[in-house]
Amino acid sequence: MTENYMLSEARPEPRRRIETNIVLEAKGITKQFPGVLANDKVNFDLRKGEIHALLGENGAGKSTLMNLIYGLHRPDKGDVIVNGKTAAIHSPNDSISLGIGMVHQHFMLIPVFTVAENVMLGDETIKRGALDRNTVAAKINEISKQYGLDADPNALVGDLPVGLQQRVEIVKTLYRNAEIVILDEPTAVLTPQEAEDLFRIMRDLTARGVSIIFITHKLKEALAIADRITVMRAGRVINTVLPSETDSAQLANMMVGRQVILTVDKKDHEAKEAVLKVENLSVRDQRDLETVHHVSFFVRGGEVLGIAGVQGNGQTELSEALTGLRHPTGGKVFISGHDVTGKPPRVMTETGLAHIPEDRQRHGLVMSYSVADNMALCDYYHPPFSKRGVIQPKALDENARRLISAFDVRTPSPFVNAGKLSGGNQQKVIVARELSRSVKLVIANQPTRGLDVGSIEYIHSVIVKMRDNGAAVLLVSAELDEIMALSDRIAVMYRGQIVAMVETKKSTREQLGLWMAGAHVETA
Amino acid sequence: MAKSAEQTTSQSHDLRQILRASMDALLVPLLAVLTAMILGGLVIAFAGGNPIYAYLGLFQGAFGSTKALSETAVWATPYIFAGLAVALAFKGGLFNIGAEGQLAFGAVVSALIGYALPDLLGISLPAIIHIPLAVGGGMLAGALWAAIPGALKAYTGGHEVINTIMMNYIALNMTSFLLNAPMKDPNPLNVVARTPSIAESARIPPLFEGFRVHWGFALALLVAFLVWWLLWKTTLGFEIRTVGANPDAAKYAGINVKRTIVLTMALSGLLAGLAGTIEVTALNYRHELGFSVGYGFDAIAIALLGKTHPLGVVIAAILFGAMRNGATRMQFLTQIPVDIISVIQALILLLVAAEAIIRYLYRLRAREERVVLTRGWGG
Repeated sequence: MTENYMLSEARPEPRRRIETNIVLEAKGITKQFPGVLANDKVNFDLRKGEIHALLGENGAGKSTLMNLIYGLHRPDKGDVIVNGKTAAIHSPNDSISLGIGMVHQHFMLIPVFTVAENVMLGDETIKRGALDRNTVAAKINEISKQYGLDADPNALVGDLPVGLQQRVEIVKTLYRNAEIVILDEPTAVLTPQEAEDLFRIMRDLTARGVSIIFITHKLKEALAIADRITVMRAGRVINTVLPSETDSAQLANMMVGRQVILTVDKKDHEAKEAVLKVENLSVRDQRDLETVHHVSFFVRGGEVLGIAGVQGNGQTELSEALTGLRHPTGGKVFISGHDVTGKPPRVMTETGLAHIPEDRQRHGLVMSYSVADNMALCDYYHPPFSKRGVIQPKALDENARRLISAFDVRTPSPFVNAGKLSGGNQQKVIVARELSRSVKLVIANQPTRGLDVGSIEYIHSVIVKMRDNGAAVLLVSAELDEIMALSDRIAVMYRGQIVAMVETKKSTREQLGLWMAGAHVETA
Repeated sequence: MAKSAEQTTSQSHDLRQILRASMDALLVPLLAVLTAMILGGLVIAFAGGNPIYAYLGLFQGAFGSTKALSETAVWATPYIFAGLAVALAFKGGLFNIGAEGQLAFGAVVSALIGYALPDLLGISLPAIIHIPLAVGGGMLAGALWAAIPGALKAYTGGHEVINTIMMNYIALNMTSFLLNAPMKDPNPLNVVARTPSIAESARIPPLFEGFRVHWGFALALLVAFLVWWLLWKTTLGFEIRTVGANPDAAKYAGINVKRTIVLTMALSGLLAGLAGTIEVTALNYRHELGFSVGYGFDAIAIALLGKTHPLGVVIAAILFGAMRNGATRMQFLTQIPVDIISVIQALILLLVAAEAIIRYLYRLRAREERVVLTRGWGG
């Protein structure tokens, strides 16, 4: 099969039997963005009825390639060939009419509209001047039945769980007669069980002749579901392989270009007394809904407590309450015995908290400030960074240069604006600032989200080092693998409560996945 | 050796970058002024005038003699103070449209201290005490007047744009009442709404004998430097700018965002109050209804044209002062009404605010950072 791929490369003239089943082909695609060659002579093809995984780190050029195919950008060079004909795709409308549908990582749905309204949006069926909901609903039911998608046309999208919202997106593409469906990081927001459901749906779709491009950075998923895997790195296609002929180590190698340690090197460590103690904590979100209900736990010095859970189960509000960004509505928080309930962030920092915030661009950095200023963002007001209310630029500069080399931040100089750095380096600026202080407690929320493997590895090693040096670490992450690799104990959050607390050694992925999905609630 | 050489090159690289950035920052305002002058010239030509003679007259009137220079500085002084007031608020993420009211309020209070305090105390005060009292009182009045919408913003989320406009109405109407009744000059010959003259001891002297330009102009330049120093060299300035650039990050960094918002508004009002105060103590020696009309609004244009940087504000204020001052000469020479200056100033503001027009006209590349004029309501 790999040879066919090679053949089609070598012989551009009309092909026979085998070639007829290639539904989509990208040839020599090149796309230059200011300062980045996002796609460099990329070749990619998709056969009828296959799942073709496009694997790569963030910034490898996967999304760019798909945006070019979907018509959100135009390539500088190269052609997109759909069903054997060179296609001129200028906008998503063109790609939709060619039978290409895309499910974006962030859903393009309107929560207050029904499923039917969302599905017909932009392609409304109108009968006597009014929206014809019945015809649309009938068609949705037909599609749902045919593909086992299980979508109620009259339900409000906002009421549906994320997994079902994703299905609505898939129905949307099928409703527009898509024969090629692009799924951009579809499992990022799903529980392991929901991901399994999605994979089943993907197989059903391909069995009925739909071809799928599956964009992911998760090796295991690509290996589990794909018929072929194409690996991209730094804008280029590295190789296209069959899952049966490769393994995760080889794929990781292709993705990163070097040998990667997938497991974190972590020694057993003696945990000491509790540094963070949380008693009966309740927190409300900005809509005034209680999203954390009476949560109690502790984190000891020298241990990592991982909070696992699907996003949106109260982890954000919990960590905001623990770091002073949000006022809890009930309960107590202690750091090293000091009652810091509802205290502002400065008190928390001065009690020994380091906080790696969930949203690095919103909370962690001032994008229009230099790296040096950002590295002193929490410490600017005391010596050596300021004396008698006057900032000491020299101290800021020295601090920045020291941290840049100690934490391997890739920046042209300390004076460059943080907004100009890559995501991985932005995160390193935050990690450097927070973990270079003498801290007793580290609260890291999604510390590696959206980062490349190199940065992830580095940040993981720093977190483990903090633990080994005796700090208490509270790690909140939606990546179960990250939680399992770093944590000594794992707490699972579901709908604002901690539904399970286990030692990592005694836990299994499956069991944690069930808890994350709220299985205890159904069995209880 | 190698390392130090590397450092020098990286530093000169940084310097180049800073230079390029400031060049870029200057380019758009300059081109906006140029474009507005060209468009204004078309308007003059359309009205039957000769744009070249008109601009020549304008330039002569503004810079053509020592007296002209002195008058330009006199015009520029309140513009600098008020422009700094608006610019400082912008740096803190706040849109202070209330400079007009803060300025009027500062002028009233400083006039009151200027004429009534010696009588009240029954002694004559030495200038060294009376001037600081009058000026300080005016500054404080402006600061308090601006702190109110600041507090409303910080603690209730009430938007400062709405509230400073409302505070303008209150201040201007209150001023009108005060100048017409309790503070009105009791001189029987007086028919206008104005205060009595302030005491000699409260008057700031002119810089040079025979010219109207006064020490207030020098003070304006000094204050511009102080504002720059405050914003970029002190921890307070760091806090103000951080709240302005990213209030979420400011909160995360332990900055008291609410207090900083109130303080920023108070400082902004203080500068606006200073604009009014200096007009009273150094130029008119009294407060008269209507003298300050428009300074607070022109200040918004000046702050934007100056890219909210103190140095830029000084340059923009002098430009606006020159245009106002030269306009009379222009009218005298060419019979083109002074109102054309308002047209040109409005065009400048429009072109600076809608930077994309200038960038399109002159094929300039877009800059990443922009002045945040205002955030969402209640945000």
